[in-house]
Amino acid sequence: MVELEPIVGRYMTLQIGGRSCRIYFEEAGSGIPLLCLHTAGADGRQFRRLMLDPAITDRYRVIAFDLPWHGKSLPWEGYEVEDYALTTDFYTAAIMGVANALELDRPVVMGCSMGGRIVLHLAHAHADDLRAVIGLEAADHQQPWYDTEWLNRPDVHGGEVCAAMISGLVAPQSPDRYRWETLWGYLSSGPGVFRGDLHFYRADSDFRDRVHLIDTTRCPVFLLTGEYDFSCTPKDTLRTAKDIPGVEAEIMEELGHFPMSENPEKFREYILPVLDRVARLK
Amino acid sequence: MAKLSTAGGPPASHAIEHLADVVNADQPLVHRGRFIDLQWLWQIGEVPYFISIRRGMILELVRGPVLMRSHEFAIRGAQENWERFWAPMPRPGFHDLFAMTKSGRASIDGNLQPLMANLRYFKEVLAAPRKLAEDGHHG
Repeated sequence: MVELEPIVGRYMTLQIGGRSCRIYFEEAGSGIPLLCLHTAGADGRQFRRLMLDPAITDRYRVIAFDLPWHGKSLPWEGYEVEDYALTTDFYTAAIMGVANALELDRPVVMGCSMGGRIVLHLAHAHADDLRAVIGLEAADHQQPWYDTEWLNRPDVHGGEVCAAMISGLVAPQSPDRYRWETLWGYLSSGPGVFRGDLHFYRADSDFRDRVHLIDTTRCPVFLLTGEYDFSCTPKDTLRTAKDIPGVEAEIMEELGHFPMSENPEKFREYILPVLDRVARLK
Repeated sequence: MAKLSTAGGPPASHAIEHLADVVNADQPLVHRGRFIDLQWLWQIGEVPYFISIRRGMILELVRGPVLMRSHEFAIRGAQENWERFWAPMPRPGFHDLFAMTKSGRASIDGNLQPLMANLRYFKEVLAAPRKLAEDGHHG
């Protein structure tokens, strides 16, 4: 008989921002809840390798959900006449909604890219509900580097252009197998979804005015950024870290914007020590 | 093995000399570009190169300047930046077209639709000279 992986996926329907949203999530392991947030235009598959790593799942219940419109979480009813645009309020409600629905006791929230941006907001707005946050490729703000209109228009294939735009955010050292697995998330994304996520990232989440309000004695903050990430650059992360007393920030060598999926073996070198630290927190 | 420039990749003259051979020998790349039929400009330092693509193959590569020659779009950057870009394991900031445009090391202008509609193709053409350093192609 074939060996089944320990990852289990299920669905739940939540009311988020006044919408009925059928949410898909995957999980593996037991222990401290570790709620993982995928990047813009992608889905929870990015965290699969973490869920297959006993060094993590022996101590952590690793959970990754797909935001509505992403992965196996369908868009809500009536999507066909909407232009999707993610907001800080909706994103926050989705994350806390999932945490509450699953009755997670002070979870660690780890997000990448736009997920790394929102954890900075959560560390302030929900400090007492969380054990810690981990921001991967996270900053309070970053400079745009292209016009998102190219991501969703009839004369350019959306999946192809999304993947080709972000392909250079994967470090050149990352194994092809994982590189192309990461890019598949973008190649297969729904029309306008990546662009809609970037509404949050670019227009509704400039947190430069509030990261200094984060109290890391209430909610510890860890930041990890890959040296090849030119979207959220190491400079962006270190600048953000300067404004958060008590934050721990590290730049990861030979990694890019998708550390958990583009090179899981390399990422372990950086995330395992952080998870050790988090496990020792009260 | 091709001689490498001090920037890490093959010298620009070598890269351009062998560009058509490397691209046209790459079957998956040519297949990916099978709907492309246009002329674009790759400016390497002071030298513009007019590159004609027909059905995914480089049909012609002309060193400029050429008077009154048109092109759909242009991709421009300093010679040293391209030579860094072509390094087998480029340094951060030199590893991708958009890493270079964001930092001002390269620029893009013209009609971008055919570029964006075939972005993977053109990014792989730009990166093709890396193969000259990797496998000693035409070395």
